Amino acid sequence: MILTFPHMGNTYITAKVLLDELGVSYVIPPLDNQEALSIGARYAPELACLPLKINLGNYIKAYEQGADTILITGGCGPCRFGYYSEIEQGILRDLGIKMDVIALEKPDAGLLELMRRIYRLSGYEKNVNRVIGAVKKAARISALVDELERQTFRTRPRETAKGSTDRIYSAFRENVLNAKGYDGIKKLIGETSEKLSAIKVNRNQTPLKIGIVGEIYTTIDSATSFNLDIKLGNLGVEVDRAVTVSGWIIDHMFKKALRLPYDTGYVDAAKPYLKTMIGGHAQETVGHSAQYADRGFDGIIQIYPLSCMPEIVAQSVLPGLSRDKDIPVMTLIIDEMSGEAGYMTRIEAFLDVLDRRRERSIG
Amino acid sequence: MSIILMGCFIMKKVGIPRGLSYYEFYAAWKVFFEELGAEVVLSDRTSKKIIDDGVKACVDEACFAVKIFFGHVINLMGRADCIFIPRLTSISRNEYVCPKFGGLPDMVRGSIGGLPFIIDAEINMRKDKNGGLKAAYEAGSFFTTDRALIRSAYNKAVKSGYGVLPAEAAAPAGVLKNEGRLKIAVIGHGYNLYDSCLNMNLLNKIRAENAEVITLDMLDRDSIIKRSGTIPKKMFWNFGSKAVGAAFCLLDRQDIDGILYVMAFGCGVDSFVCDYVERLIRREKDLPFAVITLDEHSGEAGLNTRIEAFIDMIRWRKKNDINLPSHGQYLHHGESSAG
Repeated sequence: MILTFPHMGNTYITAKVLLDELGVSYVIPPLDNQEALSIGARYAPELACLPLKINLGNYIKAYEQGADTILITGGCGPCRFGYYSEIEQGILRDLGIKMDVIALEKPDAGLLELMRRIYRLSGYEKNVNRVIGAVKKAARISALVDELERQTFRTRPRETAKGSTDRIYSAFRENVLNAKGYDGIKKLIGETSEKLSAIKVNRNQTPLKIGIVGEIYTTIDSATSFNLDIKLGNLGVEVDRAVTVSGWIIDHMFKKALRLPYDTGYVDAAKPYLKTMIGGHAQETVGHSAQYADRGFDGIIQIYPLSCMPEIVAQSVLPGLSRDKDIPVMTLIIDEMSGEAGYMTRIEAFLDVLDRRRERSIG
Repeated sequence: MSIILMGCFIMKKVGIPRGLSYYEFYAAWKVFFEELGAEVVLSDRTSKKIIDDGVKACVDEACFAVKIFFGHVINLMGRADCIFIPRLTSISRNEYVCPKFGGLPDMVRGSIGGLPFIIDAEINMRKDKNGGLKAAYEAGSFFTTDRALIRSAYNKAVKSGYGVLPAEAAAPAGVLKNEGRLKIAVIGHGYNLYDSCLNMNLLNKIRAENAEVITLDMLDRDSIIKRSGTIPKKMFWNFGSKAVGAAFCLLDRQDIDGILYVMAFGCGVDSFVCDYVERLIRREKDLPFAVITLDEHSGEAGLNTRIEAFIDMIRWRKKNDINLPSHGQYLHHGESSAG
């Protein structure tokens, strides 16, 4: 069994730690998600959402490199993501690509089936503690990687020599593929963080602050949204993104499943505009937007893939929030037809608006 | 709180938009509100104006049916004391409806100004079979404080109204001839199939070709539910599991000549259900299958051509398949979603 898994931003680092620690052999699909998208768009249903198309491209690339089993997480709705495993299996089957899928979710057949899947995933490891240890280590790495990314968000707009952060960070994303296991990757993260801290920054600068909200895949996977977070940083904007890989793993998958308390401040913040959970990350989008506004951010950018159901609802209620809290909100919708230049024009115009607003409030 | 208390006395006319869940639940809702002494005001039938108003008010990315629903809400403004837009999170065990149904009242509030009071009781029967009654208590509290009355109104509504289709769903009499009659199954959401303005009179166009139309509502409900659980992972959308179950039922039958899948552009649920059903049918049986995607830019001439071509193809393969093959193994493969 040679495993593979779909890309989503830096999740490959977390997955790598998990599989390294379990001692399972695996293939990481090439990092280029734009190419994966063009492959996936050929075979996926036209109106399927973007992440499904990218996933398919990742699988087909990994299959060419010898992978035969796919590891993904699942869900039970109402967002389409919960049914990805079945639709993807159907498409691969009709393409004649023989790949198994291990979906980590609560199956219809009950919890015993889930245990069986984990058992299979861990290479039939009998030592339960080793499995739990590997999961814990992976969760810890995901938190460290997210912290590292936050550090780049702070450094990028303030650095005096433009491009310093990008050089260090993209080198990290390449080098991490050669690091091995929890210890190796943790060391690399530590070194990278030190390098980032050593970058010369202009401390007097007060950059514009923009909160990025929206559907998890397109916000976390920077390449899908034309490296929006990086581009904004290089235009002198400090970005923040409340939805993270580690938050998703720790809050969404563990704490929720084990019924432990976790931060639900966004639920209350969203309440005046969106009363209930409707699936996906709509509640997070609306709640985080309200929280960003209260924290004094200059603007909010919502990103989602075309036809994403929960985010369409969020988009419909955001104008009210924007009016009430007096904060500009821009929505960017992404699909395989999106062109980078058009988006950059819109982003630059949005930044001009934010700049003027700030000047007016000071002057 | 004062609005709610006042509501008990003022609200006499409750408006129901003729869109989305109207096509499934209107009969029950009408009984429920009338039992509580309210007058039900229904929005007008979908028209060009209603579509235009809805398209203008709604975000571009929503599906066509949601946009039309917005138009119906606008149509009701000034005609009713309140508008009933329930939050349909789930109407069946372990299944959801669609995120947009769950957030519908929020979407309407966020997009249309000057609305009357909106009754947005949440119907959630995913884990709780009493979810319907709970929603009834909430919705009914705006008309009466008598919980027993609400309960009896709810029971009457479920008994006499559940599963009753609205007038739009009825087939006109006398169109079909017995000789050479085809049977075409049409899979799609009720609100896409029965709103003849939305789909440019699609069902009657098929009937005009002397083909009987069979929709999901005409199949046996119990066998649909039974068959929907036979796939490895059951669909978690109410419509999805219904459509998959229905596809199995249609494959079992020998009298179906072709299957049409009708969806609205941008419908997330349909994008997956359609793909699943199409692959299922193609694997199991050599049966003509086509997809029709509708939105506010659809042209009627294009629709006519596609329906005529679909029916012609079915008739030709019946008539002269030996002399001139009008279908092959992969004839429609990969071309179904064009247009």
